[in-house]
Amino acid sequence: MQDHIQLDQKQINDDLLAGVLGMPKWWLPAVLFLTLVVFAGLGSFGYMMNKGLGVTGLNRPVMWGFFIVNFVFWIGISHAGIMISAILRLTQAEWRRPVTRAAEVMTVFSLMAALHTPLFHVGRPWREMWVFPYDFARGVWPNVRSPFVWDPSAVGTYLIASSLFVFIALIPDLAVIRDRAVNPLVKKIYGTMCLGWRGTPRQWKLQAVAGILLSALVLPVFVSVHSIVSWDFAVLIGVEGWHSTIFAPYFIIGAIHSGVSAVAMLMALSVWLWGLDKYLRPDHFDAIGRLLIVVATTWFFFFFLEWVFALYTLEGVEISLRELQVFQWPYGMLFLIFLATAFFIPVPMWMFKSVRRSAFWMFFTTLLVNVGMWLERFLIIIPGLVRRQPFTFDWGTYHPSIIEILIVAETFAFVALGMLLFSKFFPLIPIFDIKEGMVVRDEIKIGRRIVPATIRE
Amino acid sequence: MFAKRSVIGLYTDEEAAASALDALREAGYDQGEYEVLTGTPYPEGTFGEEEPKHTLYRWPLIGAACGFIVGLVLTSGTQLAYPLVTGGKPVLSIPPMTIIMYEGTMLGAIIFTVIGILIESRLPRLFMGAYDERITEGYIGVTVTTSEERVGTAEEVLNASGAEEVKRGWENN
Repeated sequence: MQDHIQLDQKQINDDLLAGVLGMPKWWLPAVLFLTLVVFAGLGSFGYMMNKGLGVTGLNRPVMWGFFIVNFVFWIGISHAGIMISAILRLTQAEWRRPVTRAAEVMTVFSLMAALHTPLFHVGRPWREMWVFPYDFARGVWPNVRSPFVWDPSAVGTYLIASSLFVFIALIPDLAVIRDRAVNPLVKKIYGTMCLGWRGTPRQWKLQAVAGILLSALVLPVFVSVHSIVSWDFAVLIGVEGWHSTIFAPYFIIGAIHSGVSAVAMLMALSVWLWGLDKYLRPDHFDAIGRLLIVVATTWFFFFFLEWVFALYTLEGVEISLRELQVFQWPYGMLFLIFLATAFFIPVPMWMFKSVRRSAFWMFFTTLLVNVGMWLERFLIIIPGLVRRQPFTFDWGTYHPSIIEILIVAETFAFVALGMLLFSKFFPLIPIFDIKEGMVVRDEIKIGRRIVPATIRE
Repeated sequence: MFAKRSVIGLYTDEEAAASALDALREAGYDQGEYEVLTGTPYPEGTFGEEEPKHTLYRWPLIGAACGFIVGLVLTSGTQLAYPLVTGGKPVLSIPPMTIIMYEGTMLGAIIFTVIGILIESRLPRLFMGAYDERITEGYIGVTVTTSEERVGTAEEVLNASGAEEVKRGWENN
């Protein structure tokens, strides 16, 4: 990284705690608006519980609609935190420093959004308790052979692991807020939350080891989560188009594609809303842009293979599903939009350095990717179920109702609201990581040129 | 318990803090009596301190073993308690059991690692001892926690080694 501004520790504290110890003007209206959307979604959910699932567009044969599309989408976004934080931490990529916290926090909130989507989907959410082994007197135990028991175990593990990961990395920063807070009550609250952190060499060493160890432990969970989500589809007997053996890696790379794109969007928003341009430099956008080229291309390769595997068999059911996805209205049009937004528009744009180094263009292109990746999940689920079966009484299509649209909007508002509330109480950029980056940076003279360098043990 | 007192000296540069540690060692203070406090991680040995020893790597292994056992008991126990024979196949279905056991193993490893991090970092710490809020703004603190009789000498050593400010805190009585 060539682009660097050397700042002292006090300046870093002032900049990164500005949103915590003060309040940006836009923050409260934004929170109120998002709360309103969340309540609109929850109100719709209440109405749906009262009236039944008939108020949605779900009906035979399409019993998985917007809710499950959204579930898979948010699980995908949740892979951002671990991709950025764990992998870049393990490889000691210097540009990770200002990005990790926001990515990890987004993981937590998107997992929460993903987890509450099946609650909406099942119609009778109180029965979701049945996936947990409880009530010894009842004599009924969860069926571990069902993917719907695997899902909560994997997503629950990932949520707990991600939350603990965020908490451990947050402790030194909580101590900074404790030391900067003026109000005695606020000081006491942060003092309790930071557990009496003092910053001894032992604590710093363990913090460093913890980052690496937790990254290494969370990575296998990250791989398992989306694999299991893909098996929700792949092990289902009834839908032939979902039987592909490539589904697990294809879902994982798709999740990384949408997740890393969401992190790039978040970086641009951090620059615009919190004015963190001193910390998120064009070099950071450039680095994530380069990473996205690799991720997007790998994703496209898996997408291509999935089609090859489907068509190579020349099985009637596979051919008719693909025909439905590509040539029939409205899926054909959605398919074109999906391909254009997920790959063919953003990837060629990322080839240009000026695009990669621009917050605006990176935001625009990564927004397109996420539109495309949402459509990808839609095009896997809906045409797979809509495909006409031999019995004509089972022919039908799917039109999402306003209730489903409001509930989907609720999940987006929920994640945005969670991020905004988090940013009010905790720094979105890890302060200690940035400070460490400043300590280990220097400039070295090579010939007639002075270049910035990072010194590492 | 005898009364322990602590004192902190604040330094603005790494070399001065390292000299303070040398001076404390020369004055006869033990490794466990003095500590460096910083607001940012420095490379190990920056202040001439000994490398901290820890056993954090054992924690995930113990946690993984516990998680695996819980996963195994949970999956086999629930199937045996509510046996669903499907297509004449055995009641205990190994492939789905491995999924839940895997998640249990990883969850156990992660939870134990986090507990290990806290315990090995000596957290939570109820008494802060001598501390200064300027540490998180870039000052380097050298604290000495010792008996009441020796705290005066420590104060002198810290002052003599170029501390910008020296102040007392208390540990416990």
